[in-house]
Amino acid sequence: MNAYPLSRRTVLGAGVAGLAAATGLAQAQGPQPIRIGSTLALTGPLSATAQIHKIVGEIYIEQANKRGGWLGRPLEWVLKDDQSKPDLARTLYEQLVTVDKVDLLMGPYATGAILSAMGVAQRYNKVLVHHTFGVPSLVKYEMAFPAWSLGPDPANTVPNTLFDALAAGPKPPKTVAVVTSKFPSVQFMSAGAREVLKKRGLTEVLFLEWDFGNRDFGPIANRIKDAQPDFVWVGAIGLDGNLLLDAMRKIEYQPPQHFYLYPSPGPLVTLPEAKNALSVTIFEDQPPFINNPGAAEFVKLYHERAAAAKLPDISVEVQAGASYTAWQILAAGVAGAKSLDERAIGAWLKANTVDTIQGKLRFNGPGNYGDDLMRIKQVQNGHWTVVWPKEFTSGGAKLSAS
Amino acid sequence: MPGFLLPSATLLAQSILSGIFVGALYGLLGLGLSLSWGLLRLINLAHFAFAFLAAYLCYQLATMGMDPLLTLVAIVPLFFSLGAALHAALARFELSPFNSLLVTFGLTGIVEAVIQSIWTADFRKLESSYGERHFKIAGLFVPLPELVTLLLAAGLSLAVWAVLRYTDLGKALRASAEDAPIAAAFGINRRRNALLLAGTCSALASVAGVCLALGFTLAPSQIYAWIGVVFAAVMLGGLGRALAPLIAGIVIGVSEAVTMAVTAPSWAPLVSFTLLIAILLLRPGRAA
Repeated sequence: MNAYPLSRRTVLGAGVAGLAAATGLAQAQGPQPIRIGSTLALTGPLSATAQIHKIVGEIYIEQANKRGGWLGRPLEWVLKDDQSKPDLARTLYEQLVTVDKVDLLMGPYATGAILSAMGVAQRYNKVLVHHTFGVPSLVKYEMAFPAWSLGPDPANTVPNTLFDALAAGPKPPKTVAVVTSKFPSVQFMSAGAREVLKKRGLTEVLFLEWDFGNRDFGPIANRIKDAQPDFVWVGAIGLDGNLLLDAMRKIEYQPPQHFYLYPSPGPLVTLPEAKNALSVTIFEDQPPFINNPGAAEFVKLYHERAAAAKLPDISVEVQAGASYTAWQILAAGVAGAKSLDERAIGAWLKANTVDTIQGKLRFNGPGNYGDDLMRIKQVQNGHWTVVWPKEFTSGGAKLSAS
Repeated sequence: MPGFLLPSATLLAQSILSGIFVGALYGLLGLGLSLSWGLLRLINLAHFAFAFLAAYLCYQLATMGMDPLLTLVAIVPLFFSLGAALHAALARFELSPFNSLLVTFGLTGIVEAVIQSIWTADFRKLESSYGERHFKIAGLFVPLPELVTLLLAAGLSLAVWAVLRYTDLGKALRASAEDAPIAAAFGINRRRNALLLAGTCSALASVAGVCLALGFTLAPSQIYAWIGVVFAAVMLGGLGRALAPLIAGIVIGVSEAVTMAVTAPSWAPLVSFTLLIAILLLRPGRAA
């Protein structure tokens, strides 16, 4: 058998050629991606809403990469499942920074998880843009930036916006029932509503609280019916609103006017008894919101993706709006700082305003909160319709009362 | 403590009725769990997962046009087989009650993941004609889904009680739970009876699931929301008893509802668990 002995020179030459080819290949593949790490509650009790954030994140990354990424580099989203557990979110954010060594962080979903992530971001001096953090007074980190524009004092400003809307409506209420979940980001808003209604000279005829996860809303519905209020403030989160409306229907009671703080938007709007129910929003897929730059394209894509993911409700509202805004804020920070330097990004965001689908946002108030952009929406003809303030309504929509 | 108020007679009566209805569901969910725990010495947490899986199947079949109650015809045999198969698998490992708790907790997580992958994590509400119907009796509103749940819970509890008390099969099951070797010496086929009982427990869970689908909005994570209070009903009633979970469930449901009617609703869970602790302190043998 004729063998070809390999000389040392041949081996060395082949090695050099291989290295050169590999380097050339790497260059041909383009620049290294910017890796952005975050968690979402992909499983567990918060997963229904977290699905929305996942779809939005995927849409944003895809759009950004089509436009050439950030700083000429493509984006890669490193997403982990925090299982709706704030303690796990903390561990995973620690992992994202120390093991995955991501370039930037994006906030998770839900107040508890955001608070956990904020601690990690602070420890490693990372910028943290967060989607829907419900208690602004708890933000103590200077490089945390909110995408949910509820202002630094929502317990005061949001109820005032609501009572302004009611006062300008067809039946300004005189008596109010405040019933609320004890869920942290809800309870303080309901406490604020109680203060506001007293200052406005309204009479509180009932105040009730229940623990998060309450199953039986029958007695609560009965007590509201018994109190005969003109208006019911429901400090609802998730399914609370649906369960209470179900319980009211069973005793043939329809409150004259009713408000739900943070309801699951899809399930609530489908209930016939939710007619004229009020809630708050920062973004809806209707004018004038969709006139903001990038909003119409995002809404169209979201509708397609949400339908493909078989979500029962494919409309774009608070969660999807805040989520997309969060990516826009981080993008603006990176573009403004012209680098991935966390300090520079944070400084730029504090000093500038950012154009988002919610409108222009600023981050120079307490906890980096800017203006309260919460609007009042109402279930009309089976859809959420913005009814207050007037400049944010579409097609002459007005607040209705039963 | 939040202010105590004297409720109107209508408010109190309607709240008691509401407590009876939700208590019946606690009892129905607890029936299979109690039998499994008391007679098979298996603390089957997957019971709740099976109930929710049945609820989702009911939702699916009903949205395809089937009457929600008629879905029981398909769902009950399916879950009977599932329960018997699970027991056949678990019996090979001769698990202690505590280990059965751990294993079935894991199984619950798996079923939750399966539900989520098929129906997503979003909320699902079964819209049926049952949900729209209710009666008014003596000024009190009686919703049909809750009434159906109460009737099913009462009927099944009585039927199981009668079987355990008056039939040879029931006596054999009780004898096996009391002293398995002696029961076997008398010719009782323990394995066959255990499979039959495990299947029945799962079938009962599936009936509770259909009732859940009729009256409640479904989400995969809701599986865990029922565990605490149903365990309380089972332990309050005593293990392996057929009527006790229903009675204990109604006691808990009514005490919660009356608490909500006269004081803050957030005190309701405290009342039910205080009741449980008091019973366990006064009669510790009930959870043995």
